[in-house]
Amino acid sequence: MDALNKIITWMPQLLNGTKMTILITILSVAIGLVLSLFLALGKMAKNPLINKPCSAYIFFFRGTPLLMQIYFIYFGLPQFNPALTIKSAFVAAMIAYTLNSAAYLAENIRAGIQSIDKGQYEAAKALGMTYGQTMRHIIIPQTVRRLIPPVGNEFIMVLKDVSLVAIIGLSDLTKVTRAISSSSATALVYIPAMIIYLVITAVFSFIFNRLEKKYSVYE
Amino acid sequence: MSYIKTVDLCKNFGDLEVLKDVNLTVEQGEVIVIIGPSGAGKSTFLRSLNTLETITSGKIYIEDELFVQAEKGKVIDGMSKEKHKALLLEMGMVFQRFNLFPHLTVKDNVKISPMKVKNISEEEADKRALELLEKVGLSEKADAYPNNLSGGQQQRVAIARALAMEPKIMLFDEPTSALDPELVGEVLNVMKDLAKQGMTMICVTHEMGFAKEVADRVVFMYDGVILEEGTPEELFEHPKTEKAQQFLSSVL
Repeated sequence: MDALNKIITWMPQLLNGTKMTILITILSVAIGLVLSLFLALGKMAKNPLINKPCSAYIFFFRGTPLLMQIYFIYFGLPQFNPALTIKSAFVAAMIAYTLNSAAYLAENIRAGIQSIDKGQYEAAKALGMTYGQTMRHIIIPQTVRRLIPPVGNEFIMVLKDVSLVAIIGLSDLTKVTRAISSSSATALVYIPAMIIYLVITAVFSFIFNRLEKKYSVYE
Repeated sequence: MSYIKTVDLCKNFGDLEVLKDVNLTVEQGEVIVIIGPSGAGKSTFLRSLNTLETITSGKIYIEDELFVQAEKGKVIDGMSKEKHKALLLEMGMVFQRFNLFPHLTVKDNVKISPMKVKNISEEEADKRALELLEKVGLSEKADAYPNNLSGGQQQRVAIARALAMEPKIMLFDEPTSALDPELVGEVLNVMKDLAKQGMTMICVTHEMGFAKEVADRVVFMYDGVILEEGTPEELFEHPKTEKAQQFLSSVL
């Protein structure tokens, strides 16, 4: 009973950390998704002035540790140019997670677009659609359904990666848990914290499964 | 005035010459059936007409205007882009694999291009789509998704979709080759109706019965060239070349 009482008293702090974790996860994946669409289309563009920078971007953000990207954006950039100083750790974290998940999502979107049968492009062209119209009305809507599983996956990855924000002083769920653990000298707090992570993951999975069903009506 | 005319049309895929100096003239209202063994270049020829394939050299005229011209693999700019696009819209195409848009209902498949490409109002496009679906006998399937239809029904939707752009010529690329035998007839019937209404048509097909009944002219292609052309009677009853004789005896 003592344990349960302790957990109840920790709950407000844990929920505060949870809020931070969920906020960064949802915002960065949502903004990253928009950015990734342009990156994916850019990487597939014929013009090397467009596809090369997009490829380089994706290569860089997938090829270096996220932890280092967070450090670099928050602590590194100001040293190169004071104008690049980001005062808010939250904003710096948002930028890092958004840029990073955009790179991963872009590869998923590209794979999704390229998995669409070439007959779809031919039919659209034979009907007089431009490349932009073909993408907007024919290809991308079909890609959406195929993207739901990888986007859901990205959500769950980011959810756990957010634990890295502690290094720039933000209090997410993991940071709060560690703080409680050291001040109360018990590891008990890890149990409710992990349950919270599992609940969030379960809720996300449920939502994405529903979305997938909804978009599967035509298959 | 011929509707479409090709002059010395050549198409190479790398070192492979798929079309070698193909010359064909199609008159307004004519129904042309192209036959020949697989690999003869029939589909490539058809796809060159509406620029799904870029020709290596030669010229294509539409209504006596130079539509596409290429030399040594390079397309030479001819008419203005607007004019080119307008002429392209006059050609409807039906594919072997239907290529319907699976995420759109049957009705939306038919109306999307008129709305997006020709900026026709949704109301008007809707009305027109339902008329066309009735014409191909699929009014009751308007709200179904393509994957819930049989192959023959899908191909009839594809024909309605092409007709929605009000083309002056219809190109059929083996429209019944992917169908179960019992579904071939319903698609051919729609095509026959279209021919009767005076649509200019070029059909690549293995349906010899259709060719005999509907074609004004039958073209026999072999190894990238037109070996023989004539009325169905001339070609089917009295083929001149040995290759045509061989081909016909193998399919009839």
